[in-house]
Amino acid sequence: MKVMFMAFLAIAIIAVGANLVLKQAGFSSQERTLGANVQLDN
Amino acid sequence: MLRAMIALILTLSFLSTASAQSADAPDRSATGGAQTVEDIMLRQRGEDVDNSFRSGATGDPESAAGISNQLGTLGGASDPELWRAVRFGSADTIASNNGPGATVLIQDGGMRWLNFRAGPLATYGGGLLMGIIALLAAFFMYRGRIKIDGEKTGRKITRFKAIERFGHWLLSGSFILLGITGLISLFGRKFLIPTFGHETFSFLAVGSKWVHNNVSWAFMVALAMIFVMWVAENIPHRSDINWLRKGGGIFSKGHPPAKKFNAGQKLIFWSVIVLGVSISVSGLSLLFPFEINMFAATFAKINATGIGSIFGFGDLREVLAPHEEMQYAQLWHSVVSFVLMAIILAHIYIGSVGMEGAYDAMGSGEVEEQWAREHHSLWVEEMMPEKSINAVLATSVKSGPVTVAPAVAAPKKVGPKKTVPKKVAPKKTAPPAK
Repeated sequence: MKVMFMAFLAIAIIAVGANLVLKQAGFSSQERTLGANVQLDN
Repeated sequence: MLRAMIALILTLSFLSTASAQSADAPDRSATGGAQTVEDIMLRQRGEDVDNSFRSGATGDPESAAGISNQLGTLGGASDPELWRAVRFGSADTIASNNGPGATVLIQDGGMRWLNFRAGPLATYGGGLLMGIIALLAAFFMYRGRIKIDGEKTGRKITRFKAIERFGHWLLSGSFILLGITGLISLFGRKFLIPTFGHETFSFLAVGSKWVHNNVSWAFMVALAMIFVMWVAENIPHRSDINWLRKGGGIFSKGHPPAKKFNAGQKLIFWSVIVLGVSISVSGLSLLFPFEINMFAATFAKINATGIGSIFGFGDLREVLAPHEEMQYAQLWHSVVSFVLMAIILAHIYIGSVGMEGAYDAMGSGEVEEQWAREHHSLWVEEMMPEKSINAVLATSVKSGPVTVAPAVAAPKKVGPKKTVPKKVAPKKTAPPAK
């Protein structure tokens, strides 16, 4: 059971980590396709 | 007057091209080159209409009037012609945002995709999953839980180490999350909005998409782990033929011998690897839109084999619009996922409810020895050479049940020990003296 819970925890860590890493690296669709004239985040 | 002249010139040019086509080309002179009643009826019957009469009618800049002349600013293309060019992707469009899909305003093939996704994909995919669940329920009612036939020894054998179980649960936990969130993406709008309303569904759908996109990385890592750990023991073996011939023993008495993984488990392993890799690759294509385009190249390779002419469907298109690539990727991803979900439902069944003692393998990693002897007899003999078995038996008689760790130096190629008695040649006795 312990190993199962550790695996589930690893899923959460990998998911959050992947999201942060990819955002930092500028891989989001928003980052790649938004035109300079659009101000969605402001 | 000039507009009428242009219309007449265009009509005549369509007439000449119509006569240059094959005899099967429909006659559109009645409508001056536009669609006819026959086209409308074909479309209403759901049949294909050859749209080249429209995709080709996008104006002619060569015959444009001078800029200072009447209609000169139209540049040789009327508004309908301009919108046809936009629809069929031949317009020269400049967009203020970036990316390969940015200049596509109308995607003509998109409706076919949308109808397929909401129609056959949802119907047959959902039907497959419901069907598998019904089949498993029927099997359980007929066969019941597969029990351990012999008497339990109370001794355990280590079947899976911690790292193996970790890899399995990483894969299965992520697969469950991906499956549920994937089904929400496909069916959510139809079934969850009526139940929960738009606001709640929106929150659920945004969360579901985040989970699906990010948990996919855990799935891919786990897939690699599982492959590396278990590929050697999932190579087909001659005992698999006998196992398959006897249906794994699920419909009969007796247990066909098997090594660490029986043929059924090997089928599951290879299904997960092959389908999992396919889902991962199409998923990566969807995660990074318009960047990983594989269908055009695949269609070109299929065309090169000539399969199209054998089966009569002609060549597949080798030039695909950016959105078309994404649509094919989504369809492939969904279809393969449905197949894998159906297979995994059967795997979950047999590993939990379906068979006594099976869950322990992944739960604690330690299985009842009698279970192992019945379902993986060849593996038990590899793990426990005769010496250790006798020692354990001798110990257990005196001190009760013990946990048996596998022998460290167990030879891997030990086959089943034959117990054929030694042939003793009869003693030659001298004939009695006369």
